[in-house]
Amino acid sequence: MSDADLANLSDKLMLTTVVMYVVALAAYAVDLGFGRRRAAAEAREKSEAKVLVGAAGAAADDPATAEAGDEAADEGERPQVDWVRLAVFMSVLGWAAHLGVMVSRGLAASRWPWGNMYEFLTAIAFAAVTAFLVVMYRYKARFLGAFVMLAAVIALGVANIWLYDSVGPVTPALNSYWIAIHVSAAIVATGAFTVAGAATILYLLKARAESRGTAADGGVLARIPSAESLDRLAMRVTMFAFPIWTAAIVMGAIWADQAWGRYWGWDPKEVWSFVTWIIYAAYLHARATAGWKGRKAAVLSLIAFAALMFNFFGVNYMFSGLHSYA
Amino acid sequence: MTDYQGTETTDTTGAATGTADTADTADASGTRAPAARQAPGETPRPAGIGPLGWLRWAWRQLTTMRTALILLFLVALGAVPGSILPQRGQAPEQVAAYLEDHKTAGPWLDRLSMFDVFAAPWFAAIYILLFVSLAGCVVPRAFQHYRSMRARPPAAPRNLGRLPQSAKYETDASPEDVLAEARKVLRGRRFRVDVAGGAASAEKGYLGETGNLLFHVSLLALLFALGLGNLFGYQGNVLLTEGKTFANSLSLYDQFTPGRAFEDGELAPFTLTLDDFKAEYETEGDKRGQATAFNADIRYRSGPDAAEKPYDLRINHPLNVGGAKVYLLGHGYAPVFTVRDAEGDIAFQDSVPFLEMEPRNLTSEGVIKVPDAQPDQLAFYGILWPTAMASQDGKQIVSGFPAPLRPVVTITSFKGDIGLDSGTPQSVYKLEGLGETLHPVKDGQKLLEPGETFDVPGGGSITFDGLRQYVTLSVNRDPGRIPALVAAILAVLGVAASFMVRRRRVWVRASAAEGGRTVVEVGGLTLGNPTPEFDEIVTALRGPQHEPGDGPDDESHQGPDEGPGSESESESEPDADRGSGPATEPKE
Repeated sequence: MSDADLANLSDKLMLTTVVMYVVALAAYAVDLGFGRRRAAAEAREKSEAKVLVGAAGAAADDPATAEAGDEAADEGERPQVDWVRLAVFMSVLGWAAHLGVMVSRGLAASRWPWGNMYEFLTAIAFAAVTAFLVVMYRYKARFLGAFVMLAAVIALGVANIWLYDSVGPVTPALNSYWIAIHVSAAIVATGAFTVAGAATILYLLKARAESRGTAADGGVLARIPSAESLDRLAMRVTMFAFPIWTAAIVMGAIWADQAWGRYWGWDPKEVWSFVTWIIYAAYLHARATAGWKGRKAAVLSLIAFAALMFNFFGVNYMFSGLHSYA
Repeated sequence: MTDYQGTETTDTTGAATGTADTADTADASGTRAPAARQAPGETPRPAGIGPLGWLRWAWRQLTTMRTALILLFLVALGAVPGSILPQRGQAPEQVAAYLEDHKTAGPWLDRLSMFDVFAAPWFAAIYILLFVSLAGCVVPRAFQHYRSMRARPPAAPRNLGRLPQSAKYETDASPEDVLAEARKVLRGRRFRVDVAGGAASAEKGYLGETGNLLFHVSLLALLFALGLGNLFGYQGNVLLTEGKTFANSLSLYDQFTPGRAFEDGELAPFTLTLDDFKAEYETEGDKRGQATAFNADIRYRSGPDAAEKPYDLRINHPLNVGGAKVYLLGHGYAPVFTVRDAEGDIAFQDSVPFLEMEPRNLTSEGVIKVPDAQPDQLAFYGILWPTAMASQDGKQIVSGFPAPLRPVVTITSFKGDIGLDSGTPQSVYKLEGLGETLHPVKDGQKLLEPGETFDVPGGGSITFDGLRQYVTLSVNRDPGRIPALVAAILAVLGVAASFMVRRRRVWVRASAAEGGRTVVEVGGLTLGNPTPEFDEIVTALRGPQHEPGDGPDDESHQGPDEGPGSESESESEPDADRGSGPATEPKE
């Protein structure tokens, strides 16, 4: 395939990904809104989740067979649509297409596919979906699906509508092996922070409902886990992301020392990475401090996430700095 | 804080250990936060305690977690204006322009150091307080951790069955043999083991706290490394045109920032010559004109007597010479001109660096000052189009490509006094006294291609001889560079270790029962959620002969078809429990 064909394929796969994510988003949302009550579902969840991920994993390789198998299982068990299955199936399939978007684009440009804002945001969305799939598998956090898928669809929408850039070479400053290390770490950390952010928002909603005693009244909040486990999930994902974010900043400094002649120069991107890091550090400390645990810590985590988002969008479009590659 | 993480586990510990002395041991062994970082409410208010008491109170306040949190938040908040307002360290010209545009607010912001945020006294005050607070917490904790690493593992609680993980079985081996075996198995898993009073106590996972301390200490070290660089380093920028040589001396820098303790004699005596600069651009597609590579072929000598060596200087590929580093920062065009005065003598012949007016196709501007021209001084303002072409509407000249495919210069001539004789320093990129001492020459404008000459009306001429390129180089030395790198790497390793390694304790008690058999109780306690390791230990202790279902001596209440790995009922499904187990929390 020529580079142009690969670039074309990448753009087509992007459309496929978005469509699949939208379907997955709808299915997760329907499951959250009208699915079986959590208490009743709990008993079956574990085995089900395993079966699902297994089926969906196979689906990435051979969609037709897996789909058939899936349908057969559906018919055998229950007549009505199994929204969870559909959602997981579509998100794993979308994830595979998403991977294809990045691989084909990287091949078309003969470089790492995160050289501009479009590619970077695409990769962050991919990392967020990946983090969600991992969290769903390990902690049964299926309820996060609707929220993470929503974030992914918005991110991909923004990337395609406002940030789209055709395949091309990177500026000489980005032409370094550090792009594979520094930017990848930033992408992975941002994706994980996104999942933690979704869990934190849910935690705040659920905690409020619990304190008002309305948590069991039904509705979406009745179908998500307790505030305590949401808090714990957010914490765990943040604890995974924080060292990676630290490493991303350190590796960025090493690269800056190679490219610009100083390892730290308070460039706007550096300032905001630092601010983000500091606030996440404050969150991790607050989480372990009496009187700050819970709501206050959660708010800190959201402020940190806002700083992270501002670092991505605000810094690149509002300030001029060395990171303005868009 | 660094308790047995999370309230529910703390309760479990309390209930499970039962004996007060075990709880105390847990405290002493450093799993609990130091008193200095307990919740603020626990700090007693001062009342008639004298100056020393006040100092102690202030110190305790400073080292509380609440203060640390506030300081962290203030550092983040304080950094924000540094990204919104222009900063002297990064863009002094933008600061000047900002002050020019904001006559009222500007000076006030300046007084608050808003244009030097990261060198501001108030910013320094925040981070120094933060680091003092950090040291005040970390240093005592380091001693405590050292002691707990040398202390014996805490004695077994009375009722092992009430620990988060526990198992119980009977065996034919004697209690001594069981404990010896336990010691061997646990040692094999790198536990520290202590056997006393019919029970083995084992503990491991000190690396978590070690990593935590390492992380915080590394941050302190990083701060010192930054200070080291600021104090003893230097940084300078220099513009070098093809064919010219730069010697590392203060007077040849266009801009130079020494560290506070820097001395002139410390400049490494190297020289470097720029032979050729090549820029490559994308020539096709919608990315046409985008730069893809910059290469500067240079030759350098590390000292006056050293051999000359070639080097390929690129972005991301700096040159190390004499303890300093040389970076390629930018590039531009330097057209070469020959100016003759009205008497026909060559008054000027050199390359003149032009500054880019737009980054895309490198339309550039510059001035030529000819103070030696007789009888009147001459000056020219020029605009260079590397690839000249007509604009869309056909009325203007624009540059269509950044490479010099068809370079054209337009020249505007001036005559009079340039103003250099007064001794006031001038920018080499700007004409001064326009309309006052320096007057435009009538019909003094002309487009020139390489090799063409323009006869200035009223005497004199200017020849556009050709085009050279220049590079801007940054030269710096930073003695804090390597210490900072080491500190940063240790910080990353430290934080990763502190999040990944958890302290684990295992107790094994063996007591004689009727019929010569021995009852073995095993209990496990882990910071954060339980690990499958415990089950592996129990399996190893019971030995391979205990296959599922062969257990008349098996006192656990599970069906025979369940494996030996599921002794404890609360832990029968470790996977399922992950979502609801106690959280692993950071140890500040």
